[in-house]
Amino acid sequence: MNAPAFGVYIHWPYCAAICPYCDFNVRRDRGDDHSALIDAIAADIAEHGRRFSAGPARSVFFGGGTPSRLSGAQVDKMLRAVDAAFGLAADAEVSLEANPEDCARFAEHAAAGVNRFSLGVQALEDAALRALGRFHSARDALWAIDAAAHLGARVSADLIYAREGQTLDTWRAELVRALALPVEHLSLYQLTIEAGTPFARAVDRGRMAPPDADQAASLYAATQALCDDAGMPAYEISNHARSAAAQSRHNLLYWRGQAWAGVGPGAHGRLTDGETRLATSAHRGVRAYIDAVSANGVGWVERETLSAQAFADERLLMGLRLGEGVARRPIETLRGAAFEETVMTRLRDLGLLSFDATTLRLTPAGRLVCDRVIAELSRLAS
Amino acid sequence: MTPRDRIRNFSIVAHIDHGKSTLSDRLIQATGGLSDREMKEQVLDNMDIERERGITIKAQTVRLDYKAADGETYVLNLMDTPGHVDFAYEVSRSLAACEGALLVVDASQGVEAQTLANVYQALDNDLEIVTVLNKIDLPAAEPERVKQQIEDVIGLDASAAVEISAKTGLNINSVLEAIVTRLPPPKSGDADKPLKAMLVDAWYDPYMGVVVLFRVIDGVMKKGMRIKLMQADAAYGVDRVGVFKPKPTDVADLGPGEIGFFTASIKEVADARVGDTITEERRPTAVALPGFKPAQPVVFCGLFPVDAANFEDLRAAMGRLRLNDASFSYEMETSAALGFGFRCGFLGLLHLEIIQERLTREFNLDLIATAPSVIYKIRLRDGTVLDLHNPADMPDVMKIEEIEEPWIKATILTPDEYLGAILKLCQDRRGLQRELSYVGSRAMVVYDLPLNEVVFDFYDRLKSVSKGYASFDYQIEDYRAGDLVKMAILVNDEPVDALSMLVHRARAESRGRAMCEKLKELIPQHLFKIPIQAAIGGRIIARETISALRKDVTAKCYGGDISRKRKLLDKQKEGKKKMRQFGKVEIPQEAFIAALKMDGD
Repeated sequence: MNAPAFGVYIHWPYCAAICPYCDFNVRRDRGDDHSALIDAIAADIAEHGRRFSAGPARSVFFGGGTPSRLSGAQVDKMLRAVDAAFGLAADAEVSLEANPEDCARFAEHAAAGVNRFSLGVQALEDAALRALGRFHSARDALWAIDAAAHLGARVSADLIYAREGQTLDTWRAELVRALALPVEHLSLYQLTIEAGTPFARAVDRGRMAPPDADQAASLYAATQALCDDAGMPAYEISNHARSAAAQSRHNLLYWRGQAWAGVGPGAHGRLTDGETRLATSAHRGVRAYIDAVSANGVGWVERETLSAQAFADERLLMGLRLGEGVARRPIETLRGAAFEETVMTRLRDLGLLSFDATTLRLTPAGRLVCDRVIAELSRLAS
Repeated sequence: MTPRDRIRNFSIVAHIDHGKSTLSDRLIQATGGLSDREMKEQVLDNMDIERERGITIKAQTVRLDYKAADGETYVLNLMDTPGHVDFAYEVSRSLAACEGALLVVDASQGVEAQTLANVYQALDNDLEIVTVLNKIDLPAAEPERVKQQIEDVIGLDASAAVEISAKTGLNINSVLEAIVTRLPPPKSGDADKPLKAMLVDAWYDPYMGVVVLFRVIDGVMKKGMRIKLMQADAAYGVDRVGVFKPKPTDVADLGPGEIGFFTASIKEVADARVGDTITEERRPTAVALPGFKPAQPVVFCGLFPVDAANFEDLRAAMGRLRLNDASFSYEMETSAALGFGFRCGFLGLLHLEIIQERLTREFNLDLIATAPSVIYKIRLRDGTVLDLHNPADMPDVMKIEEIEEPWIKATILTPDEYLGAILKLCQDRRGLQRELSYVGSRAMVVYDLPLNEVVFDFYDRLKSVSKGYASFDYQIEDYRAGDLVKMAILVNDEPVDALSMLVHRARAESRGRAMCEKLKELIPQHLFKIPIQAAIGGRIIARETISALRKDVTAKCYGGDISRKRKLLDKQKEGKKKMRQFGKVEIPQEAFIAALKMDGD
């Protein structure tokens, strides 16, 4: 286990319908044949394998879009490409984002090698699910969780809160039920109104009023308290696990500043090339992506060698999200300067940050203003 | 040399837009000073700003050769004077160089506040006045009503008023005849006496250097002679003597009653002071001309570069402006909030605006101007008196016996319907009513007002409550004791020097509250709560609190979000450069600018 941590992110952009809050690279699936995209992704993986001496892959993550729409054979084809390019560790975590509607295919996915399902439950109230533009019911979600659990897979559920009209009491009741689900992991996201989405238009026109910052802060605090009591503390701003083993190994790559290959339309990767950190992003359009792969071997639209300063910023802004905190040394080495004592002390005195010689860590209060604290810390003394 | 009885020196008194410049152009054209081709619209206002705003900043002359109906050729010197109260002293010197004036009044608009002030000055200088009604061709023209108004308000006989249209050229010749027949020639003057001339104005010309405009009383000015400026106590050899026709044209000499220019390798405009007496070095006149006053700044404000890196550019620009405008003064100032800049003195608010605009426009500088202030006289317990114009320099209150502030006499003419709002405005600004009368359908109010209430935003308020119809003019009256206090603004318990001000105690609370409310809007939330307070001495008179930022966190942040988040962080870092650190609080540059611009009410 001396090889540096490495994983592969595979983006599958198709969905049965587009959710009104989503700003990811997604498109509606019209039931066309997607074999050309599967082939392109496999070829992209292979080319990454030829260019970078990384591996073995200790995690693979099918994200989207809705990768649970993939067949077992399609998942199998892409996992084989990963194995051929980098080697797939025997104990690799293979996650797949899944919609409850697709639970009939879970067995196929598991047979192809998926051992962790991340289920888009979103809410346990049917009215809320309809408001979020989802087509499944709360019952469907519970059914899907059971289906995944029975396959022996690890299961995580996503929930969206700080929804319009949600009170502390209604959310607490819903969360209590979520914590009782047979899942080892919960991702609890506050609803974010992203520009360009139908929700953003609704808010602009005054047809929708999500909770204000104070209300959202109270909801966050209540969430932390309930989850801590239930033995499911946050290990990241929005992610909770019953144990260290239940944490998402793949997502930790992002937060810990480790390396992964990103393939599929719009996927981002971070790769190590000798001494340098490479940031890649793939064409967002399916056609453009396939064409790029056939022309260049990889689907990149952009490839940037990060400056030490930029890498330092990335490590800070991702690492500080973790409950374990972020190691100071590697970042201070990259930026060529120690974090400013006065800034750290001020943030500590405000009860937002704890730090020692090796680590920076947000306090529970600090997590709510994580982005601002990052901005303060990232500044170099002038 | 022109015989004295063939000379007529006159100026034009008019309100903005009543047609002074157009009439000047017509007079120049009618006497053949310029061909039609050379005739640029409104020749006399040289500077861009002058042309755009229709105001004259520097006095200028043009010499017209006019063959009158009596068959004789006369030399008419048209003196274009600054029309604004900020330049009242310059105006007084220009008027002192004339024997007559044309009072130009718009035949539909009638008399305005500015007209009044200027015509009274002309009368004070014993000038003969010919009334001219302009824009007589317009359908709205009411010459009879306006003549009546002139008689009622100014007390001038307007029966012989010349009715013209400067635009169409109608009756321009009657104006020229009236100048010759109704205005007097220069009074006595002796060409054999030692030279005695008045320095009317001076400016810097990129080709000729410092050009001095002057009027001869006695003696003769010619090229090559050694002259002396009596107040400046400096001597020069005269390089050129000439007149403006309107192009500069050299002449052999200029004798009593004549107006012209000379150059004499004077280095700075500041050396040629308006009102100074010019005489011969070897044979000086015994008595200097009366009425000289050194330029006296009345309104002050701090000017700072928006980008601190432009400080040296600003210094250079100030130096260049000062070359041509000796009445503008500046000294370096440091502000914790705004960095390095200059404390500047101006003749008035218009002067301030002009300088600021020239710095921005001609030198391409982005500036922050602090709230304008006036000169306070601080009488200390030990008997000394301090002139104070920067609240930052305020001595310890315990040492102060009394503070005096400058008061003005303000004249406002307004259509009746806005009178109520204007009276309220004046009253709110601690005004004391002196006079209220009606001139036809227009009301004329005269108020005593503290200047510090006027420099704040009085013009803007007056304009807005009268929808732009009220006209306003003022004269500095005197200094009066007032219950003035220094109000400090504290952000997170730290005083912000750029925002402190001297205010009347009765106005402090409302000003303080307005400032705190404004800052609350302008300063972004921080990780801690920020009290914003207005204080007099140690006493808090207004307070607002910016609550601490409660939530600023991205809910979802995975592999695909990193680049975007990093770019956002870069942007934030860029934005930090435009922040001013104030203790622990960062205040955006825009917040300062907006706070300083705020309305008082």
